[in-house]
Amino acid sequence: MTKYILRRILYLFLTLFIIASITFFLMKLLPGTPFTNQNRLSPEQLKIVKAQYGLDQPVFIQYIRYIGGLFQGNLGTSFQFNNEPVTQLIGQRLAPSMQIGAQAMIVGTIFGILLGAIAAIRKNTWVDTLATFISILGLSIPSFVLAVLLQFYLAFKWHIYPVALWDNFQSSVLPTLALAALPLGNVARFMRTEMVDVMSSDYIELAKSKGNSNWQVVTKHALRNSLIPVVTIIGPMAVSVMTGSMVVENIFSIPGIGEQFVKSITTNDYPTIMGLTIFYSFLLILVILIVDILYGLIDPRIRLGNGGKE
Amino acid sequence: MERILDVKNLHVDFKTYNGTVHAIRGVDFHLNDGETLAIVGESGSGKSVTVRSVLRLLAKNASISQGEVLYHGEDLLKKSEKEMDNLRGNKISMIFQDPMTSLDPTMTIGKQVAEPLLIHNKVSKADALKRAEEVLRLVGIPNPKARMKDYPHQFSGGQRQRIVIAIAIVDYPEILIADEPTTALDVTVQAQIIDLLRELQQKIGTSIIFITHDLGVVAGIADRVAVMYAGKFVEYGSVDEVFYDPQHPYTWGLLDSMPTLNTSEQDRLNSIPGTPPNLLNPPTGDAFAPRNAYALQIDTEQQPPFFKVTKTHYAATWLLHPDAPKVTPPVSIQQRFKKYQAWLEGDVK
Amino acid sequence: MEQVPKIPKEKFKLLNKQDNEASESLGTPSLTYLQDVRRRLFSNKVATACLIILGLIVLISIFAPAVAPHNPNAQKVEYSNLPPKLGNLNIPGFNGMQDMGGKEVDAYKQVGAPKGTYYILGTDYLGRDLLSRIIYGTRLSLIVAVLATLVDLLIGIPYGIVSGWKGGRVDTFLQRIVEIVSSIPNLIVVILMMIILKPGLTSIIIAIALTGWVTMARLIRAQTFQLKEQEYVLAARTLGESSTKIASKHLIPNLSSTIIIQTMFTIPNAIFFEAFLSFIGIGIPAPNASLGTLLSDGQKAFRFLPYQMWAPAIILSLIMIATNLLGDGLRDAFDPQSSD
Repeated sequence: MTKYILRRILYLFLTLFIIASITFFLMKLLPGTPFTNQNRLSPEQLKIVKAQYGLDQPVFIQYIRYIGGLFQGNLGTSFQFNNEPVTQLIGQRLAPSMQIGAQAMIVGTIFGILLGAIAAIRKNTWVDTLATFISILGLSIPSFVLAVLLQFYLAFKWHIYPVALWDNFQSSVLPTLALAALPLGNVARFMRTEMVDVMSSDYIELAKSKGNSNWQVVTKHALRNSLIPVVTIIGPMAVSVMTGSMVVENIFSIPGIGEQFVKSITTNDYPTIMGLTIFYSFLLILVILIVDILYGLIDPRIRLGNGGKE
Repeated sequence: MERILDVKNLHVDFKTYNGTVHAIRGVDFHLNDGETLAIVGESGSGKSVTVRSVLRLLAKNASISQGEVLYHGEDLLKKSEKEMDNLRGNKISMIFQDPMTSLDPTMTIGKQVAEPLLIHNKVSKADALKRAEEVLRLVGIPNPKARMKDYPHQFSGGQRQRIVIAIAIVDYPEILIADEPTTALDVTVQAQIIDLLRELQQKIGTSIIFITHDLGVVAGIADRVAVMYAGKFVEYGSVDEVFYDPQHPYTWGLLDSMPTLNTSEQDRLNSIPGTPPNLLNPPTGDAFAPRNAYALQIDTEQQPPFFKVTKTHYAATWLLHPDAPKVTPPVSIQQRFKKYQAWLEGDVK
Repeated sequence: MEQVPKIPKEKFKLLNKQDNEASESLGTPSLTYLQDVRRRLFSNKVATACLIILGLIVLISIFAPAVAPHNPNAQKVEYSNLPPKLGNLNIPGFNGMQDMGGKEVDAYKQVGAPKGTYYILGTDYLGRDLLSRIIYGTRLSLIVAVLATLVDLLIGIPYGIVSGWKGGRVDTFLQRIVEIVSSIPNLIVVILMMIILKPGLTSIIIAIALTGWVTMARLIRAQTFQLKEQEYVLAARTLGESSTKIASKHLIPNLSSTIIIQTMFTIPNAIFFEAFLSFIGIGIPAPNASLGTLLSDGQKAFRFLPYQMWAPAIILSLIMIATNLLGDGLRDAFDPQSSD
């Protein structure tokens, strides 16, 4: 297991290195200068600025420097925003993003599991149809549409929550709800499929033949077995929350990294875009790694090292 | 001998996409205290459905449309779901076909074996686990104390079936229903499991309903045999009667398709031509008639009643009607008749 | 056990075998796989309804120039931000009335529009007919989605087949690439591509396709692995059929259900990405409308003129819901075990 984790961590860095390289060269392909948005600079000034960022060096040297910087945890310096180091920029804005991201995933997962389990238990009844419809709505309505609607009705019209503010928990409710819809839909559908599968398995029939009531069969056997595979979709879920956070943070004016990313795109702030790309990828690979390890820990068939006889 | 189970005129229907399938079309049988009844038939004949009806463990689209399942005189079909839960795994328990899939993959063996005890008796967890350990030893799991903490995937197929058996007998059931418990196993393991069931029956004195499509297995374990075809019983009697004095052409076909020690390499095994009927629209006459080389005109028009052969042996074939023509059964069956005659005469002497 | 019933003697004659075989042929007519799929799909009311809705939307998009009442890009600034009005019918919300300082005012009279002027879904801030823009916007979004999905298939299917069929080192190498691509959140790849390429239809399609093929390739690879071991494929290989022939004759037909189902999930994904990119302002450039740009415009005016966002939001959600449900229906139809 330790060997496996070490190998996976090695892969993580390898993948990150490749991603960083690809992003770097893609950015170098861009036409024009990155300073088009700043005040018009004289050729001399431009030269100075370029030298300041090391942009007068050959591309290869820049690349070596950039990668070298990465190893020291340096993602470069922003062209905008007072020339702040990108790492610092991320650091300042990480907390709000993490908070609403985590809240959305927790809310989405818990309610998704409940919805999926209820649908599976009441398979082919109106309860199932309703649950399926709710999860399809969650999957189909883009988070930014949902965010705007929530903002308009719950904040602007009915004043239940603040419109766009970032201070206390209250202000995180609407963005959390907007972001939770997609994970909720995903988890509910996945859970339903898994649980329907489990409920028709032989060991559920055996559990029933032991004298378990229907409720006991669900709580003692069906739930745990269908929950284990749900862990595998936490990775994709994190991605969708990340994606959603970019606009949702924008709509609710939350000072997070998603909002920063969109701002950097509109201002051509390449170092920040690159830095955030690498950071997002790092988060994603890390989540997938943690999920894989977690899966190994909770599934006895994997935990004990051999795949069993199947 | 007391009849602990008496099934009367059982009818089971399945609602499917294409219509209603009449899977069980009037089955009567009983189980005596302490005996082993084998139900034999090809796949799809309704053996599993019949015994699952006893425990009321049918799929959601199935319904028992008629009949009675009397357990000590009480109709199980009239019991509430809660009363049934109290019987299952306690008075009547079941062994399933595929040991690879019938154990919960994420629960330790010890807990799974102890579960019926905790459901039905007011015992402490420790006592239940202790009892589970005893039973695991009884069914032949080596070093049960340590292995109780293991998960199903750490056991071989044969061992898993022993565990499934342990779960079924842990609460000393009166009736043990074994639904093809050896089909998914290797031949050598099959024999071990049969031996184990026989041994356990002697030790705990349970009655067994044993379902199989393999006649070879039946001889080793059963007291009585019932042959099932297309949702009905066609012949039943003691093992000797059904094996050596079979009366129904379907039984002939089954026995004739069985390899014996005398089958040489050149001999081809005989098979029954055709396929079982579609039970969406069951035939009006004898369901076996289309595949029956000995079919009579009446077979296509009217279902045969059971004709009495001996006090314990009945067969549902018009061939036993006094007006029926005499037919010559397959050679292998004639040899069986001869053996049976010789044996009976020997007995008389 | 039962009384022996009285039966005429002639009934007890042996039948000969031919009679038996004739009676055996009686059975239910069997359906081919595709007929069965179609029957299962159409017996699913929800899926059928979604199919009809999507069909209508697609038809309207194809015939947009004929259906749209106005030119979607024609500006008439004096008629800007008019509320919906449906002829002279006095339906609340569609009567051209607007709340101005607590009083209901006929907005059309206010701007001096001649009698008979009406915009079913109102106009936007430049006085463009919203209904026409939505029809054209849907058309553009669908074009993006369909083309992106096609490119997706063109990359994903061969990639998956080659990876699964060749196996070994080729597979390991190809899977590494897939792993790396899927390690970057799709959206970031799309955004990076959008920054590098010039904004526009082609860029969006390329950007979306570049990320979408991975899922398709993965599914196809897994299926190809299974199919490779099937008897009939082994037989074809033993008989020396060429790889391309095996792929077209044996693999693609058997992969078709996977491809169709996955396509139904790729399309809403592509629609979402287009809308997302346009929403944050790096998608379809003005003045062309797509569902994303309409949502983006609508959001700006949402607080005061909610209809400008509601209309595109409903259409977008409807398309997404219908494709998702149809995808579900198709999956159940192709693989009945998955649902029951």
